[in-house]
Amino acid sequence: MTGFPPPMGLIAELTHRCPLSCPYCSNPMELERAAAELDTEGWLSVLDQAAEIGILQVHFTGGEPLVRRDLVTLLARATGLGLYSNIITSGVTLDDRMMAALIGAGVDHIQLSFQDVDPSENDHLGASPGAFAKKQAAAARIRASGLPLTLNFVVHRGNASRIPQMIAMAEELQADRTEIAHVQYYGWGLVNRAALLPSRIQLEAATVEVEAARARLQGRMVIDYVVPDYHAARPKACMGGWARRFINISPSGRAMPCHAAETLPGFSFPSVRDTSLNEIWNQSDAFLRFRGTGWMPEPCRSCERQEVDWGGCRCQAFALLGDMNATDPACELSPHHAVMQAAVSESESAQTPFKFRRMTKQDAAQPELAGS
Amino acid sequence: MTPRLCTGHKLRFDQVRGAWVLLGPERLFLPDEHAVEVLRLVDGVRTVDGIVTDLAARYDAPSDAIRSDVVDMLADLSARGAIRL
Ligand code: SF4
Ligand code: SF4
Repeated sequence: MTGFPPPMGLIAELTHRCPLSCPYCSNPMELERAAAELDTEGWLSVLDQAAEIGILQVHFTGGEPLVRRDLVTLLARATGLGLYSNIITSGVTLDDRMMAALIGAGVDHIQLSFQDVDPSENDHLGASPGAFAKKQAAAARIRASGLPLTLNFVVHRGNASRIPQMIAMAEELQADRTEIAHVQYYGWGLVNRAALLPSRIQLEAATVEVEAARARLQGRMVIDYVVPDYHAARPKACMGGWARRFINISPSGRAMPCHAAETLPGFSFPSVRDTSLNEIWNQSDAFLRFRGTGWMPEPCRSCERQEVDWGGCRCQAFALLGDMNATDPACELSPHHAVMQAAVSESESAQTPFKFRRMTKQDAAQPELAGS
Repeated sequence: MTPRLCTGHKLRFDQVRGAWVLLGPERLFLPDEHAVEVLRLVDGVRTVDGIVTDLAARYDAPSDAIRSDVVDMLADLSARGAIRL
């Protein structure tokens, strides 16, 4: 083993297809179509290489990973290689047969996402009537199988006040772990920011609830809490630092340090169709560009937190400042920190409706018809 | 007290790093050598006393010193939801 330490996790975005249409979906605005997806052989090779270079965990996600017909084949390969395998699902298609197949293939853990604890709000947000009941049934199935169960709640202005009920539901469903994750403002989330961003007061109240539940449930249920950094003084260490822990593969096979990186200009992200994971991790420009601290401008360059938060998020710097080389504006030390406050004020006065995620018309059209 | 790994947690040896790793739902720990010695004895059958006796014999060390290390380490992993006591 030479050079940079091996990656810990592989995020396998098997598809962008999904039966739901959440307005904060972290998938990109231009969703990839089924025909462009990496095939079974392609993914099997990625998994073999992942184990070889030292990846320890695989996160099968999407879109909705259960819509891939070969999911069970891929899962069986991953667990056979000793990779700890997580499935991140919305659960609406997790029936008895699928559950038995996943168990048969050795799945280690399933994370089930809820859009809300209120059934009608849940179904409204996912734009899918009946989804809530299906998710509850899925939770019961996972529990009955003896697998560890994680519930994931995506939190925003419209439902942050219901965090206590979310945690109560997780207790009732006997979850081992609950994620209370505020929307992250990339992709569809950024488009809908004015309608989703909570106020500072709301966020503080939410944090108090989470802290109290954590103390009460310590040793029984793990609660992971993800906050939006619009109200923070320092940014998050996005992905644990650029290309330090994860390789994210898009449905068509492009490798990126994080799922939002495709929004960055002037990058060519290597494809697993023609480049090995080893080369991607150790040699590609895309992975080396912002790894470590060498790229940093001031104020990061002379800051003692540079190896704590790694200068924050490149995609956020680009999305909000148009400059991916800048200090994340979420940091109070950034000369552009005021843009965060401006976004907060904008959302406080906004009455914007959601824009639900969907394939664009162009995507949906038959390619043959395009020239006619 | 009989410690065991929480549901979904696995201790395994990683050939690439040449080190033991503790894997769980969307988390992982890279325990140091001492922690590994203890974790390898956490099998849901051995008690804390059993683990301490075993380690004391192996390292020919006083069990009181070992006990406090073992208890601290297990309490820490239990608070983080990786071990049930
Ligand atoms: S966020 Fe919603 S729409 Fe996007 S993949 Fe997840 S369940 Fe599907
Ligand atoms: S200046 Fe840079 S390194 Fe320092 S806290 Fe802010 S973002 Fe982090």
